[in-house]
Amino acid sequence: MPQYKILTGNYAVAYGVKLSKPQVIAAYPITPQTTIVEKLSEFIEKGELKAKMLRVESEHSAIAAVIGAALAGARTFTATSSQGLLYMHEGVWMASGARLPIVMAIVTRAIFPPWNIWTDHGDLLDQRDTGWIICMVEDNQEALDMIIQAYKIAEDERVLLPVMVGLDSFILSHTATPVEVPDEDIIDSYLPAPGENIHYPKISFENPLTYFNLVFPDNYMEFRYQIQEAMNRAKRVVMEADMKYYKLVGRRYGGLIETYRCTDANIVVVSMGALTGDVKEAVDRLRDEGYNVGALKLRFIRPFPEEELKKELLHKKLVIVIDRAISFGKGGILYTEISSALYEGRFREIPVIRGYVTGLGGRDITVDDVITMVERLITRLESGTLTHGWEWFKLRKEVVE
Amino acid sequence: MPLSIKNLPKEEILLQPGHAACPGCPIGIGLRIVGKVLGKRTVIVVPACCTSIIQGPYPYSAIKVPLVNVIFAASAAVASGIASAFEAMGVRDVNVVVWAGDGGTADIGLQALSGAAERNDNIIYICYDNEAYMNTGIQRSSSTPYKAWTTTTVTGKQEFKKNVPAIVAQHRIPYVATASIGYPLDFAEKLQKASKIKGFKYIHLLAPCPVGWRFDPSLTIEVGKLAVLTGLWPLYEVENGVFRLTSISLGLLDKSRRVPVEKYLRLQGRFKHITDEDIKVYEEYVDQLWEVLRKLHGKKIV
Repeated sequence: MPQYKILTGNYAVAYGVKLSKPQVIAAYPITPQTTIVEKLSEFIEKGELKAKMLRVESEHSAIAAVIGAALAGARTFTATSSQGLLYMHEGVWMASGARLPIVMAIVTRAIFPPWNIWTDHGDLLDQRDTGWIICMVEDNQEALDMIIQAYKIAEDERVLLPVMVGLDSFILSHTATPVEVPDEDIIDSYLPAPGENIHYPKISFENPLTYFNLVFPDNYMEFRYQIQEAMNRAKRVVMEADMKYYKLVGRRYGGLIETYRCTDANIVVVSMGALTGDVKEAVDRLRDEGYNVGALKLRFIRPFPEEELKKELLHKKLVIVIDRAISFGKGGILYTEISSALYEGRFREIPVIRGYVTGLGGRDITVDDVITMVERLITRLESGTLTHGWEWFKLRKEVVE
Repeated sequence: MPLSIKNLPKEEILLQPGHAACPGCPIGIGLRIVGKVLGKRTVIVVPACCTSIIQGPYPYSAIKVPLVNVIFAASAAVASGIASAFEAMGVRDVNVVVWAGDGGTADIGLQALSGAAERNDNIIYICYDNEAYMNTGIQRSSSTPYKAWTTTTVTGKQEFKKNVPAIVAQHRIPYVATASIGYPLDFAEKLQKASKIKGFKYIHLLAPCPVGWRFDPSLTIEVGKLAVLTGLWPLYEVENGVFRLTSISLGLLDKSRRVPVEKYLRLQGRFKHITDEDIKVYEEYVDQLWEVLRKLHGKKIV
């Protein structure tokens, strides 16, 4: 029987890792990720998890160590946040270029300077060109489930790419909620035994290989092409992993996106991570007031769910994208990506797409805030003054003026 | 049984003919010895360095054991990960070896090296020290010696060479040694010893580079010998904290048996601009170094 526990997001991640049975874990402390690694150390020291823990001297070495371990054939895990993730950056590229199925939890946190430890998606979204599969969860249960599914996706022979599982700092990482922890033998039947049936050429003395040596311009592009192809195949694998999990565990999340009351909606609010819970509640309240509003949760940033977004959004009147990150000199990152997906190959008959950049560095976004965002745009839509574009929300302009 | 060249396999275990090293390159010599002593169950981890090129380009390779090219600053950490995975999966009787240049060791890789040493991870770290960034075109590193010309120190480096083996020895690891390409058997013996010890092992191999040091490619071994015979590069090991001079360096405590340092310096174009004053600085440096070595020899130092 599954157990019910009261777990923070970070502990939910740790329980997900424990059930996935990695053989090598390497990590370096950073707030707000630390409690994941503390809990894993505790599992190992109590003998509940048989893994080798490398308490490395930096995040750069954390990713390097799991790269080495994965290449030797072990199932691996690491976790970090913000500065740690940025410090890893060349290793992040190496992991995907080496096609190693590493799983890493990212507790999203604002980037220095100035110091700020609260949630912000800038660190995670900075990784979107690295060749990692990147997903973001809404609550602690999804954090646990997605860590397990991440191994299923990463190790699939059609994919062989590393996976990041993002969760919002503090809102999830340090907030305890009831979480169902699946049975060990159920997860054992879901995931292959660690270190077995590996679909990549691990280090072998019988078949000694030279890994990642110099490649001239006549061959390099093809390595990149294969990563892109793997990303395309991953879309289907994400769905399959979700369905198989549903059959065994009884929970599913819908794959690359999740929709909420979207079918008959003419306005859809797109968001990512913990904020989606507030958006869903705002949708309920706006529906009570007579507005036809729905919510769309972006679960995966890479591979990007272009087809799914087109199917759900192209026929709507208004698409509102809430970004918790900004690409300086451009704007909201998800807003930009969703606009690009919806515009692709079309020049008319697309909804008005409107972005908000807000909630940076942990600024609180409440259900009332979401309602305000939607109502403000409805007024402008009805008066015919609303055009494509993005704007700041909850910015304290008086501070900078 | 003391090691002799006859005990080593004739077969080339690690580096095959057809590699891309320059004429007179010490790296080929070093890698061949590593293969012959450590055998086929050896994984080599290589950061960005001359060896990245020497192994040959995709889809070819002159290397006959598993070799992993890695990001510059992280070779020790990748090796730790490989060794940990082998341990977790019950793979035994293997050598996990880092083969890194002085830039990847003394400069950008020092943090990862220190981390792996402090954790006493079960790897052999070999720094082949050609005393500059040779692969990128002879730029100064912290391992470049005093007054040496490089493309970023065109009038000669103003600082002395960083003493990495001494830094590593302070991590209280089971084995630290220096070696020179001029004394291959001393290097081979140290490798053999390292392969039998569990924990972190560090060997710092002086590797004279004809291109960067500006000497004739036929003189690699000669220069490697003179570095030792002048006393500039002492051969020693620190085993479980006990310091001991080895091989030819044992006899150099007597100053009269040391070759004048000028002979070593004048053989190399990178020192062609040095003055008598500079040579005097070097002579004093060697004398002081050997006063310290005299006190260390045979003692527990960490």
